[in-house]
Formats: sequence, structure tokens, C-alpha cells
Amino acid sequence: MPLDQSFVGRSYPPTEPYLVGREKIREFARAIGADDAEYHDPAAARAIGYPDVVAPPTFPVVVTMAASRQIIADPDLGMDYTRVVHGDQRFAYTRPVVAGDTLICVNTVDEITRRGGHDFITTRTEVTTEGGEPVVTVWSKLVQRGEESA
Amino acid sequence: MTDALETQTYRVTRADLVRYCGASGDFNVIHWNDRLATKVGLPGVIAHGMYTMALVGRAVTTWAGAPDAVVEFSVRFSRPVPVPDTDEGTEVVVAGTVKEVTGDGLAKLALTATCNGEKVLSLASATIRKR
Repeated sequence: MPLDQSFVGRSYPPTEPYLVGREKIREFARAIGADDAEYHDPAAARAIGYPDVVAPPTFPVVVTMAASRQIIADPDLGMDYTRVVHGDQRFAYTRPVVAGDTLICVNTVDEITRRGGHDFITTRTEVTTEGGEPVVTVWSKLVQRGEESA
Repeated sequence: MTDALETQTYRVTRADLVRYCGASGDFNVIHWNDRLATKVGLPGVIAHGMYTMALVGRAVTTWAGAPDAVVEFSVRFSRPVPVPDTDEGTEVVVAGTVKEVTGDGLAKLALTATCNGEKVLSLASATIRKR
């Protein structure tokens, strides 16, 4: 069944705060092979003006992927995650994520389209601190493959 | 102007994918289980799209010379990156060119990532702040 177009523009309640740990940033940086001092050493991060280690550019997905389950697992939307592949990904940064940030995500469905039997859904996640300071906006386009080609 | 940036090459093995599963929280079986990956029509285990994007992000911050220089970053995943169960794994090659430098100190980069000579991303770009 095609995804319900009436979900376009729908926003979800803010997620529970996510406290960004220094060790999580280090773990993520190690996993992608990034050894820049500012990802690992608080003193190096302070030297470029941040209170603690900064996160690599794609780190926000650790937070937003969990947050977007609000949409993906919404029974009313009815996505079949076993048929979903990642189409596009985009980040627009106000600043990098920094250890010690407490992040809140607000998810919105930006677009739902259907082409060639496949459904495309673009989600937008506004990531801010608990105090409302903008950090990064994250867009993901997911493709739900048609059942005949699954 | 179209200045070519120094091409960056990253080796990707199964161990890297397992580590990325843990670090990212994305435990989709197609990134660690050949049996289940082939069952859904893939050639075998493939890298997370976000792992490939993370490698491109490493190239971008290397070129920028600063880990906090990225203002905007976007990709389209056009082809999977199969990672064979060998010691060598595979290689992702990231190339970039400077497409435009604006008056406010921003540089727009066009990016490509290839694996086995085939492009695995399309419409990949980043905007960086020049230090």
C-alpha cells in the first residue's frame, strides 16, 4: 500500500534528551578511523574554541536515527522497514555536536512521493540543545521498495 | 574555478563494519551477515551508507584542515559498497573539486566516492568554511 500522503508536514513531539558522551564521540571517531585530535582530546578541542571533544560531521545520525523511529515505527504510517533502503542524506550545521550537549530532536515528514512502484519519504530532524540552541538539521530520504521487487 | 583536491583512499573490512554497527547503533543484518544479505538480493555484506558518508566526511575535514569546518554536507546513495570477507576487504576512493568560493569565506565542494571503479554516490557535495 502506498504511504499515506496526509503525513506530509506532520511533526512529532520532541524526543527525550540525548546526552552526548565524550567516550561515545571517541568510539564513533575510532569506528570511522578518524584520529583528529579534536575528536579525542578535550584540550585540543578547547584550543579551537569548544568546551569538550567535537564530533565528526556524520555523528548526528547516532542521535537522529534513533529519534526517527518515531516516524518509521508509526503504525499509522505503516512503513515496512524490511523493504527500506537509504536514498539521500543531508546535514546543515549551525555548529558541530560537542560532548556534554543534551540534544532534542523534532521530526517532521517533509515529503512523500511514489515513483516506479517505490515509495520515497523525506524526514527532517531539527536537532537543538535542551535550551533551544540550534545545532544541526538532518534530512534523510528513505526508499520503501515496491513489494513486487522486494 | 575547479581545483582538484588530493584523492583520499580508505580501506574497509568486515571488522570496520562490525565496529561501526556498535558505534552507530545500526545493527541491520545486511552489514554483518552474508546469509541474510544474499537472501534480500545483495551480493553479500555491504557497508552502511552512513559509513561511506563518514569516510567522505573524513576526506572533507582533511581538505578543510579543521574538524569543525563543514557547514553543509549531502549525498545520494546510488550503489552499495560490497565488503568481502577477506583481510583486504575493499577500498573507497574519495575525490573532490572546489566548485565555488564565495565572498563570505565559504567553499563549495563537489564530491565523488568510488568502489571497484564504480561511483557509489551521486549528487554528493559539501560546503566548508575556510579558516
